[in-house]
Amino acid sequence: MKTDELINALAVDRARPGVRQSHIWLVAGVIGVLVAGLVFFAGIGPRPDIAGAVATLRFLFKFVVTLALAGSAFIVLDRLARPGAARTTNLVWLLLAPALLLGAVGLELLTQPEAQWQMLAVGKNSRVCLTWIPLIGSGPLALFIFALRLGAATRPGLAGVIAGLVAGGVAATFYAAHCTDDSPLFVVTWYPLAVAILGVAGGVAGRLFARW
Amino acid sequence: MQIASAACNKWPAGAKSSGRTVSNDNETRLAGLLRAALGGDEAAYAEFLRLAASLVRPVARRKLGSGSGADPEDIVQETLLAIHLKRHTWRPDAPVLPWVYAIARYKVVDAYRRRGRRVEVDIEDFAETLAAPTSEGASEREIGKALDGLAAGQRKVVSAITVEGRSIAETAQALGMKETAVRVALHRGLAAIAARFGRSGT
Repeated sequence: MKTDELINALAVDRARPGVRQSHIWLVAGVIGVLVAGLVFFAGIGPRPDIAGAVATLRFLFKFVVTLALAGSAFIVLDRLARPGAARTTNLVWLLLAPALLLGAVGLELLTQPEAQWQMLAVGKNSRVCLTWIPLIGSGPLALFIFALRLGAATRPGLAGVIAGLVAGGVAATFYAAHCTDDSPLFVVTWYPLAVAILGVAGGVAGRLFARW
Repeated sequence: MQIASAACNKWPAGAKSSGRTVSNDNETRLAGLLRAALGGDEAAYAEFLRLAASLVRPVARRKLGSGSGADPEDIVQETLLAIHLKRHTWRPDAPVLPWVYAIARYKVVDAYRRRGRRVEVDIEDFAETLAAPTSEGASEREIGKALDGLAAGQRKVVSAITVEGRSIAETAQALGMKETAVRVALHRGLAAIAARFGRSGT
């Protein structure tokens, strides 16, 4: 087939172009959060003393970090889904959540006696954290990979990893409402590991399913 | 971490690279044509695709080199097909050249990836290929092979409109189909060809 012949066919194909990526993200995001919430409430639910916990700074700051992760990673994900839109400098966004968390860790180290550090970091919920963040995040991750498929990621593996980070941010936000370990030392020890599981899974899924 | 692939540095970065006025002209023209095309202007769309092909062609030639054995025109055709099926990923307020080049770059990388796999699989076919006189017929192209693999109904419609150069109406009449059915078969056929490109080699 000659190129001009192909062009003739493409020009007369008036089938509707695909749905705009922003609409795809909106749908995937809404359904993803709903699915994550369903798994969260059916599985572990919020901690019983949440009414008191919301008055403490450490508890609230967990959400600052997890929401910052979800939001900043999403900015990168959206760009990676559109050819030519991503710049290497966009990846700077990914430093936002770690920077916030490390700042909180610094304050915690300054205010807590050294004898407490290990106990605060190890906490009581590490296994729950490593199990449930990936579980809660797997639904949104699947939806984001599907959304990438409808888009056009020129780096499907990288886009998949970032999709895993967004799903991890969403999942960690729910999980943080369950977990009674509020110290930034616990968050910095376990949350990144749990989110990384989703990141790796997303990278593999992206390579497999987001090619076009 | 780098967004651009290592295999493809030195890519024209559209308006950012040297030759500023030329690429600015192309940018403006291409964006105008694509906007008109997305508004339903078939002629503008064909013009857009021809211009995009002429921009991608020299780059595909350079990237593939002479020794690779791959046909740069395959890359051009794959890129056009991808542009068509992914045109919703271009935002009308964003520059269009980086978008076109990013798709072309992805298709070059993809071609290398597929060849890498295929060479491992088909070592024995190699001697045959080398011995055979290379008939550079148009139908020898990858896209022609993908066309041959389509379901009969889609293949008839796609080849009527491409190779035989018929219109939608003529094709409908020749095949005894409704025009809407021809359009559906054409779109599905094109999508299936694009999907075969992605999968071949696995």
